[in-house]
Parts: sequence; structure tokens; C-alpha cells
Amino acid sequence: MAGDVAALAAVKCTEINSHVFSSTHCGYPAPGYGQGSNTYEFIPFFRIGGFAFTKPMLLTLVAMVVVVWFFWAAFAKPKLVPRGVQNIGELGITFVRDQILRPMMGKRGDGYLPFLVALFFFIWVMNLMEIIPVAQFPPMSQIAFPAALMLMVYGTYTYLGIKHQGLGGYFRNMIPKDVPVGILVILAPVEILQYVLVRPFTLAVRLFANMFAGHLLLLIFTLATWYLLSLSVGLLFSATSFILTIVITAFEMLIQALQAFIFTILTAQYIGGSLEAGH
Amino acid sequence: MLDVAHHVLAASSSPQQFIINFGAVAYGLAAIGPGIGIGLIFGHGVEAMARQPEARGLIQSNMYIGFALTEALALIGIVVPFIFHAAG
Repeated sequence: MAGDVAALAAVKCTEINSHVFSSTHCGYPAPGYGQGSNTYEFIPFFRIGGFAFTKPMLLTLVAMVVVVWFFWAAFAKPKLVPRGVQNIGELGITFVRDQILRPMMGKRGDGYLPFLVALFFFIWVMNLMEIIPVAQFPPMSQIAFPAALMLMVYGTYTYLGIKHQGLGGYFRNMIPKDVPVGILVILAPVEILQYVLVRPFTLAVRLFANMFAGHLLLLIFTLATWYLLSLSVGLLFSATSFILTIVITAFEMLIQALQAFIFTILTAQYIGGSLEAGH
Repeated sequence: MLDVAHHVLAASSSPQQFIINFGAVAYGLAAIGPGIGIGLIFGHGVEAMARQPEARGLIQSNMYIGFALTEALALIGIVVPFIFHAAG
């Protein structure tokens, strides 16, 4: 036994020879935060002073360019009878208008269509980076990116609420009317807290948590496919992991679109709530 | 419940490790309630829309308000292990 341990210590575990079921018994720490492997931190490409430019930032820029390029190609020279890319662009805009904007804000909210279209497609393309080869990292799995979007939405609906209902009215309308005083004591802080804290917090963390967990899930099964691979019972586990990787990739494609949809629909909901008084 | 704590403690090398490991178990428990809640909201929402398709917009917007509130609990749950991690 002691000899085995000494023999094992002599083997250097690298990414290539780490198969858990092979004679070396090399394994890598599970992906995630801390404890030997940090999946969500990157070596910067370059630094400018204290500012480090990393892969998620590059992916964000790419996502921005893709969205701008797509809509530019679709609508730079719009025609009455749409052809080619314009067809797809109109499909996207009509989807956001009919499925997100109209049910939440009605016709009144049509002025916010550009904001919502940009938000939906930017988040969707950002999330798609999770499964696009070479990129394979969703920038939204770092809290700073959804938090920045959340600040934008939070600022917008707070500003619009104060503009349309007045500073006092905005806070007064948060509290439901016709409620007994006894219940109001409990209800008022909860309702106000919901507007100023819970809404922005959940908006950012929902997107973050879904992309964070999705990336981790994909990574665990991808790595398990390699680590469990050997000519033993491990081959069976490896094959299972491989099949699950593909299944989960398909599942993540659904989640990515769904999270972009939910973020946008809640934004429309909050802005719509600010435009009119009361619930 | 105590049995789970015992197993997690046995698998942890230090008290700090125990807190980190137990955070994962705690989140699993915290996700039960919101999971049931979200199921109820969307289940009843779809049922209501099937009964009255013309009220789709109103039902859907109220459905998403309820969904956002319920999921807040699960999302707070995901942050709690990080807080204990920093404190531990």
C-alpha cells in the first residue's frame, strides 16, 4: 500500500493523462470556484493600468458587434416588401412587440420597443456564447454583466415612475390601497422593499445564476467524458457523460432563449408599471 | 436532516470546508419551496388561459409578477452560501 502511494506520487498528473480509472488514478478537481480550479476567472489578454481585458469582455464586444451588424444589415435600406435578412429582422421585432411589449404595456409602450428589442437580442447572443465553439463561455455567468444591465433597467423604471407619478406619488402607489392599518404596517415595508431592492436584485441574479449553473453543468459532463475514459467500466460512464453533454447542450439552448425572454418581459412589466399609477 | 449534516461533516476536512459543503445542501432545501410555487403559478396560469383565451394578456402579466416574486426566494437562497463562505 505504501509502495503504491509512492508510485502514484511519482506520476505527474497532467490534463492529458488524467483518467480516473486508469493505472495512474489521476483526477482533476471539479470545475467551479476555488479549491484548485477556478472556471470563472481568466488570464487577461492585456492590461491597461489597473484595467485587465479578459475573455468575457471580448465576447461582450463580439456580441455587441453581431447584434449591431445584424440589425444594420436588416434595416439599413428597408424595403416595403422585405427580402432576405430584413425578413428575419422583422420576425424578431414582431416577436418582441407581440409577445413581450403588447401584453405587458399595451400600445402606450410602443416607444420602448427599440430598448426591448436591443435588450432581448443582446442578452440572447451573449447567452449563445455558452455553446458556440471557441467562445464557450457565457459572459452573463459573471455577476457584473447582468448587474450592469439591471442598473440600466432599474434607472429607467425608477426615473419613469417618478416622472409619471411624481416623487411622492411613486412611493405612495407602491403601497396597495384599501388595506387595514394593522396589515399595512407589515405590508408597506415589504412592498417598498420589493420595488427598491428585490426587483433589481432578482433581475440580475436570475440571469447570472442560470448562466452560471448552465456553464458549470456543461463543463462537468464535458470534463467527466474525458476523466472517466479508459478501457474499463469507466468507458460506460464516459459514454453516458458524452450523451448527457449533448442533451444538456440542447437544454441550455432552450434556457438561453428563455432567460433572455424572461429578462425582457420583466423589464417591460416594470416599465409598464411605472407608466401608470397603482397595480 | 441531522443525518445529512453528519455525512457532510464526515466528508469535510475542516469546519470552513463543512460550511461550504453544507451551503450546497442548504440551497437544495431552499429550492424546494420556490420549485413548488413556480409549478403552481404556471400550472394555474396555463389552466386559466385555456379557460379564457381572451384574458391571456392580463393572466400572463400577473403570472410573471408572481413568478418573479416566488423565484426571489430561490435566488436569495443561492446567495446565502456565498455570504456564509465569506463569514466562515
